Amino acid sequence: MELQTYTFIIVGLTFAIYIGIAFWAKASSTEEFYVAGGEIHPVANGMATAADWMSAASFISMAGMISFLGYGGSVFLMGWTGGYVLLALLLAPYLRKHGTFTVPEFISDRYYSKTARVVAVACLIIASVTYVIGQMKGIGVAFSRFLEVDYENGLLIGMVIVFFYAVMGGMKGITYTQIAQYVIMITAYTIPAIFISFMLTGNPIPQFGLGGTLEDGTYLLDKLDSIISELGFKEYTTNSKLSITNMFFYTLSLMIGTAGLPHVIMRFFTVKSVNAARSSAGWALVFIAILYTTAPAVGAMARLNFVTTINQPDSNKNLAYLDRPSWFKNWETTGLLKFEDKNMDGLIQYTGDIKTNEMVKVDRDIMVLANPEIAGLPNWVIALVAAGGLAAALSTAAGLLLAIASSISRDLLKGVFKPGIGEKDELMASRFSMAGAIALAGYFGYNPPDFAAGTVALAFGLAASSIFPALMMGIFSKSMNKEGAIAGMLSGISVTLLYVFQHKGIMFIKSTSYLGNMEPNWFLGIEPAAFGAIGALVNFIVAFLVSKKYPSPPDEIIKMIEKIRTP
Amino acid sequence: MKDKNNYWKKNISLISRCLLIWFTVSYVFGIILVDYLNLIRVGGYKLGFWFSQQGAIYVFVLLIFYYAKEINKIDEKYKGT
Repeated sequence: MELQTYTFIIVGLTFAIYIGIAFWAKASSTEEFYVAGGEIHPVANGMATAADWMSAASFISMAGMISFLGYGGSVFLMGWTGGYVLLALLLAPYLRKHGTFTVPEFISDRYYSKTARVVAVACLIIASVTYVIGQMKGIGVAFSRFLEVDYENGLLIGMVIVFFYAVMGGMKGITYTQIAQYVIMITAYTIPAIFISFMLTGNPIPQFGLGGTLEDGTYLLDKLDSIISELGFKEYTTNSKLSITNMFFYTLSLMIGTAGLPHVIMRFFTVKSVNAARSSAGWALVFIAILYTTAPAVGAMARLNFVTTINQPDSNKNLAYLDRPSWFKNWETTGLLKFEDKNMDGLIQYTGDIKTNEMVKVDRDIMVLANPEIAGLPNWVIALVAAGGLAAALSTAAGLLLAIASSISRDLLKGVFKPGIGEKDELMASRFSMAGAIALAGYFGYNPPDFAAGTVALAFGLAASSIFPALMMGIFSKSMNKEGAIAGMLSGISVTLLYVFQHKGIMFIKSTSYLGNMEPNWFLGIEPAAFGAIGALVNFIVAFLVSKKYPSPPDEIIKMIEKIRTP
Repeated sequence: MKDKNNYWKKNISLISRCLLIWFTVSYVFGIILVDYLNLIRVGGYKLGFWFSQQGAIYVFVLLIFYYAKEINKIDEKYKGT
């Protein structure tokens, strides 16, 4: 069957499943809308959390980034998983014990302050909106690349699907759809990986295949290292992302940022008990790890396949441009692959030397998307990858939209402006907020701001420097008062924004960047995206100093802290 | 009251031990000492590279379940109080 047809069928089936779940999982109370009634089983919740967490970036871009960064890609592998240890040990159980429906609600209770709540809501909305833009773009792009539906219509279809299960079902509908999306994602990701690992190394388990040997008996990683270093690239297994200091802080920022992202934290409000929250975090990481430990294999094998398709030991026998395979042609038409015959010999040279390299554009996203084609896998596998990418984007988008919607209806409306609002009206308000959030996200999907790519780093920076420290101090310190917490949050935000803007331009407008995006100017050689950890440190320090000047928290708050520390 | 404090102390101690392992397996093995660990090979893997791309993640999973199990035991012990 033709690829197009397969893709339509498989993607169509998955959408039918999501809509079916939407009708089955209707929310009938605010508790069901915000936290699925607190009834979700830890393993199911772990699976939903994994899908919520793994966005289009994890599914498509991460393996691609690893394939080009090699060892340096480890910052993403460790950074995006290590945060779950922090969640399980330092945050989730206590927040679940307190039992609020949103993260800003906890902050407002613990720091007995509406101001703190509003600051937290601002962080949440900035972080979640910037994050969701990326997902909307991913949905539009997936539709236009795989289903030959144009970007705008694809975006609209995606929005309608999310609308069904998110507005009708809230967290309940979202959780069960995320479970379905996880199953689709993991199948779509691992099947090509298993095939390719088996073809290259004889071992179908990618985690072992990566450490295995090729047909000629050499170890895969050794071969990859030697081939690409001969071409002028840095060695795959030792190519560090800038310096040790940068890798350290980048990883730390990602870990703390993960633990501070509201849409992730909210996923632990939906289980029955404190201990369920802990084990749910464990299960979430199990399901995440299945994909994340497969990714290095996908990345390395894709790189090896790509390089050996084009380059031969004798460069006079390199792939001739006219002989290029159909996957090459397909991706060329999308603009993600670009060749310039610099030496006019009709052959393709792919090197690490910018002067001799003729593959002037190799978009990293191709590594996952084209890998099945490069390896000659059947069409249904490729169609499955399309469905998986869409599942990844939809599941994360839904989680983010719920975080945004609930902070509007629960935190702003009920918490600050209309505290007297009744249950039924709040439920209606939450549905409206969800619809509004979907519309807003769609708007940004239609008109993505130029800075869209860089803003996920901003989201992590804010989560790391503002939310994580406030939550951690709230639980582990009885003396942290509202003045300290608010000062800390604001200073963390400012430091992160300042550093990112001064290097990338205010609101990312390049001409206004005053230190330039230049390496030598980076503080300690740490790139802007890695600065969240420093922001967090500033938050802790400022909060500590400011708190000393103001009275300690009142007795009821001390009692609240003791209560959440007791399971 | 005293028991609540004891419970919390035990929790902090357990958390600290777990975080020490968390830190070691990722930042120490995967970043700071990676070049030294790379001198050791396991199959086709250099050990430092393996920790940073896979090993740390496996340890993270085990750590969370270990913590959940141990703190649950402590919870049971202090339940009656």
